[in-house]
Amino acid sequence: MPDMPLLKLENIGKEYFGNRVLADVSFSLKRGEILGLVGENGAGKSTLMNILFGMPVIASTGGYEGSIFFDGEKVNFKSPFDALDVGIGMVHQEFSLIPGFSAAENILLNREVLNRSVLENLFTPRVSTLDRATMNTRAARAIETLGVDIGVDTIISEMPVGYKQFIEIAREIDRAKTRLLVLDEPTAVLTETESQILLEALRKLADSGIAIIFISHRLQETIGLCDKLVVLRDGRIVKEVPVKDTELSAREIASWMVGRSVDNNPAARGRSSSTGETALEVEHMWVDMPGETVRDVSFAVHKGEIFGIGGLAGQGKLGIPNGIMGLFPAGGVVKLFGKPIELGEPRAALDSKMAFVSEDRRGVGLLLGERIDWNITFTAMQVQGRFLKGVPILGKFLRLRDDAAIAEEARGYIKSLEIKCTGPGQRAVELSGGNQQKICLAKAFCLKPDLLLVCEPTRGIDVGAKELVLGTLRRYNEEYGTTIIVTSSELEELRAVCDRVAIVGRGSVAGILPATRPPEDFGILMMGEKIDA
Amino acid sequence: MLKKFINAAGWPRIIIGLFLTALFATAPFVGVLVSTSLSDTLVRFGMNGVLVLAMVPMVQTGCGLNFGLPLGIISGLLGATLSIELNIRGMSGFAAAIAFAVPIAVILGYFYGQLLNRVKGGEMMIATYVGFSSVAFMCIAWLLLPYKSPTMIWGYGGSGLRTTISVDGYWHDILSNFLSLDFGHLHIPTGMFLFLAALCLLVWLFMKTKTGTAMTAVGSNPVFAAASGVNVDRMRIVSVVLSTALGAIGIIVYEQSFGFIQLYMGPFYMALPAVASILLGGASVNKASIWNVLVGTFLFQGILTMTPSVINNILQTDMSEVIRIIVSNGMILYALTRKAQVKR
Amino acid sequence: MTQAKRTFAQKLSGFFANNAVPIIFIVISALAIPISGFSATYLIQELLIRIGRNSFLILSLLIPIMAGMGLNFGMVLGAMAGQIGLIFVCDWSIVGIPGIVLAMIIGTPIAVLLGLLCGVVLNRAKGQEMVTSYILGFFINGLYQLVVLYFMGWFIPITDTSLVLSRGYGIRNAISLMNIRTILDRLLPLRVGPFDIGSFHLGYIDIPVATYLVIAAFCLFVVWFRKTKLGQDMRAIGQDRAVSDSAGIPVDRTRVIAIVISTVLACFGQIIYLQNMGTLNTYNSHDQAGMFSIAALLIGGASVTRAGIGNVFLGVILFHLMFIVAPMAGKNLMGQAQIGEFFRVFVSYGIIAVALVLHAWKRHNAIMNARRSLRGAPDKKEAAL
Repeated sequence: MPDMPLLKLENIGKEYFGNRVLADVSFSLKRGEILGLVGENGAGKSTLMNILFGMPVIASTGGYEGSIFFDGEKVNFKSPFDALDVGIGMVHQEFSLIPGFSAAENILLNREVLNRSVLENLFTPRVSTLDRATMNTRAARAIETLGVDIGVDTIISEMPVGYKQFIEIAREIDRAKTRLLVLDEPTAVLTETESQILLEALRKLADSGIAIIFISHRLQETIGLCDKLVVLRDGRIVKEVPVKDTELSAREIASWMVGRSVDNNPAARGRSSSTGETALEVEHMWVDMPGETVRDVSFAVHKGEIFGIGGLAGQGKLGIPNGIMGLFPAGGVVKLFGKPIELGEPRAALDSKMAFVSEDRRGVGLLLGERIDWNITFTAMQVQGRFLKGVPILGKFLRLRDDAAIAEEARGYIKSLEIKCTGPGQRAVELSGGNQQKICLAKAFCLKPDLLLVCEPTRGIDVGAKELVLGTLRRYNEEYGTTIIVTSSELEELRAVCDRVAIVGRGSVAGILPATRPPEDFGILMMGEKIDA
Repeated sequence: MLKKFINAAGWPRIIIGLFLTALFATAPFVGVLVSTSLSDTLVRFGMNGVLVLAMVPMVQTGCGLNFGLPLGIISGLLGATLSIELNIRGMSGFAAAIAFAVPIAVILGYFYGQLLNRVKGGEMMIATYVGFSSVAFMCIAWLLLPYKSPTMIWGYGGSGLRTTISVDGYWHDILSNFLSLDFGHLHIPTGMFLFLAALCLLVWLFMKTKTGTAMTAVGSNPVFAAASGVNVDRMRIVSVVLSTALGAIGIIVYEQSFGFIQLYMGPFYMALPAVASILLGGASVNKASIWNVLVGTFLFQGILTMTPSVINNILQTDMSEVIRIIVSNGMILYALTRKAQVKR
Repeated sequence: MTQAKRTFAQKLSGFFANNAVPIIFIVISALAIPISGFSATYLIQELLIRIGRNSFLILSLLIPIMAGMGLNFGMVLGAMAGQIGLIFVCDWSIVGIPGIVLAMIIGTPIAVLLGLLCGVVLNRAKGQEMVTSYILGFFINGLYQLVVLYFMGWFIPITDTSLVLSRGYGIRNAISLMNIRTILDRLLPLRVGPFDIGSFHLGYIDIPVATYLVIAAFCLFVVWFRKTKLGQDMRAIGQDRAVSDSAGIPVDRTRVIAIVISTVLACFGQIIYLQNMGTLNTYNSHDQAGMFSIAALLIGGASVTRAGIGNVFLGVILFHLMFIVAPMAGKNLMGQAQIGEFFRVFVSYGIIAVALVLHAWKRHNAIMNARRSLRGAPDKKEAAL
């Protein structure tokens, strides 16, 4: 049956803790076919791939709906190794290579060719020695298939980033069984020429009969490479089109990716309330935030505005607020109300009345093991010397923590932000994600900031809490006239709460648009295409 | 209710607590005087309390268990020997010893803190060996330092200090006998307790200041603290200095009750009992309170006092040393493996 | 800058930076040897004996380092197992090579059990292996004392009363190993010399050939082991646990295997060590074995993550050279042998401290560099600055 699809997905669905992330996803893939899978961050691509690979996280959160057929047989992988066994290979976004090993050793990692020996019958095959000559030949052959020239003895840590990507792919190619190859953003770290070589190599692989699922944000190369395209949005397939016979434009695809149905689209905010006064000015800033590197950004935020920063994950949008707050090494010029701010020094940012709500709530935002009231007031105590009271007589020399005032302040926020907890003394770790986020906001409000930077305000919290958090930000802005910068992966959220939105791509600002512009325009900016402001 | 108590107290404390209670309960039946045993326990509690307290600041800032306690002890030994060298006796001798020791501890602690800031994540092992090598280095120093006092140097023309120096006639029991009470066989070293209480109070107050609060936050989540404008490295240095200074005071308190200054390899293994005590008191690798110090020291010293007398009388053999080794190291192992689990 | 472009001066300074520890020790020894006034014959003879005595123990440290578990302070567990074997062999008065072999046979299962325990505990304390194995050493020492000091002669029968304390149970502090003393060393005796090279005179030198053969066999084992799949897996785990795990290598199991192998070898090593010494300090020998072996390995230029056979032998030579000459040099220089003795204790601990600090420092810098390498295109950055 040559026409039987190699992979067939039927009505795949998935819920995480009552949160639907995938619904009714069905498509199929033939041998030698290349399928492009595109979608915004959070559209469900990674979840889909996790299901396909039997990642433990899926089973531990209640499994999935629907069925997967591989080579005509229904499969349900318990672990990624099961998927590898039937011939599904995956190249991840982050490298999984041993840095001190050679290319050959990495390509054949845990699949080394062994010399037969008597000992292996006595103990395990693991006591056999490696057949390095054969290993090198095999590795060289795999690399050659890709059309690049990398020595099999080269140590990974001494390779340029692009080469590492090739080694990852070579590893999957070397598996004799590999019949389906999934590549997650393989070109993100490659230069233009390297990308070209890789795309050609993938074409060759496909011609030899291997099916490929290609996930990329670079739409142009996706169009160039793939036989068919599947567009995911909000966990559903919104479009499945053959590429070769139709003329597709990146703009068209982008609009599928971000376009919401009209009735589901909350009114964008987009006040054009520029008072003319500038609150924050950023010029040629760079930030060394791992995974969110900022190369060169410049923008200005008006006083009293809610300014949004959007863009795909890893492009540097999160690096901007983290850099301004001094949490990572950074350079360039940042001015708040005309006054330059020292970078790389959180204290300087805090002293100039900026407050920060981190995207990494548990890592940076909270003292998980401490009381709620400590969490809320700690920064204000350290930076502004509040919540301290003098001891009688020694008042000038010895000022102690005013635990009563701290609890009182916390109680105020617990009430106004509707934080569900047993009281100010509860430990932060025991709260739900939404309530933890409210504590992070309370901590920032407690500083009475002139400029508030909020990162991913609704990440990982349920719908009800989302509305409340966004509403709080809006109200705070209106009541106190506080300038707010919101950084978020969710474009809809940015458009709903912000006046203007900047889209960040490849570490710099791709464009700044009023929030009232149609969502496709932002989508196109995210895909790295140009647009008129 | 019972479950809540077990959760709050933790199994190790309950087991050790029951064991200790059992020891006290059996004591009268095997001919051991409870009052004498209790006196011994109390004295050793007072002797060791400050040394255990010296763990608190470093644990609180996440520098880990202070296996480098010998550094503080060395400062204390220098202070004590200087005070004797200058022939200062009585309470002023004791005060002088502390007055000499603390500045040395502050300086050593500062550099020690600088070192620990450069090796974050590997503090405990490095602390252990910094402690060991400083003890070994001081062994050479004790031989060479130009001390003159005849109470301290080897008698017959030899150079260098004696291995054990008696503080009799200088400040032996100077704290312990202050306001001390006796009820029959029960002796309570009130002065030593008052001193320990005062230090505990000071540490407690310090932990309530802005700096102290910042230190706790650094131990709890250094990234959070840094994002709140706290200078994490400086807080860590403050805590190391504080721990080292408390270690210096601790050994002097210990000596005044013990009656001897032990030089050379004396301070070598002194960190382990202190570390074990605070863990036994319920501290974790990055959280400790005054309460942990008091409970832990009492339980640990109680076991140490009671096992020789009671077990020996039952089994006719002295197993106290072995039990001490197993309990103290078992406690540390428990803490180390538990921490890894919580992190995961 | 590529590697090829590095100048000779840079290479030279790089060499000194990477080998600072052995170089310092060579300099110290070079200064101390003339001051000590020992003859070359004496020094070489002593060194040959000590290399035979100690190398096996130090070699047992190599495999856990390969698996990324750092210096195996838990090797004292193996040493204790070996000592228990020796106690029984003494009790049963088994003489010569059979005695040594039997001690090893008794010690091995105990070492395997202790190694398993150690491996499991260390898997629960990943990232804190060294301090955990160090404390575990103390903890097991407590159990060892319980067994040897109380159970032996009580319900573990010990027939030879000369081994037992006068109270009727528990093993004495020091046991004479007359039955097996230097048995291995004297199995294949070889005496060379005297030599006269110009004005340089060397007297008779005895070489413990059999011991050296055993050590050579061990070296071959290490070389072979590195080439096996198991060795390759350990290297992979040592470099990146997460990647190894995702490649399907059984990480926890392999780590346990590494520790078990090391513990068993340490057990053999301790038996070889003690047959040369001739006396067993029941309650101290193992402690010293651990500390001195680790110090020697580090002096040989090994680090917490990287150690080879070369480091073992360079280390054992330099460490023992210092050990022999330091007290004498101290005496001749300062008039006090004690200073030299304390000096070598100081150096042993100090060198471990320095090695650990260097390791932590390097790791810290590596993280910083990794972060820096993520920075965007440098040209843009310079424009921004």
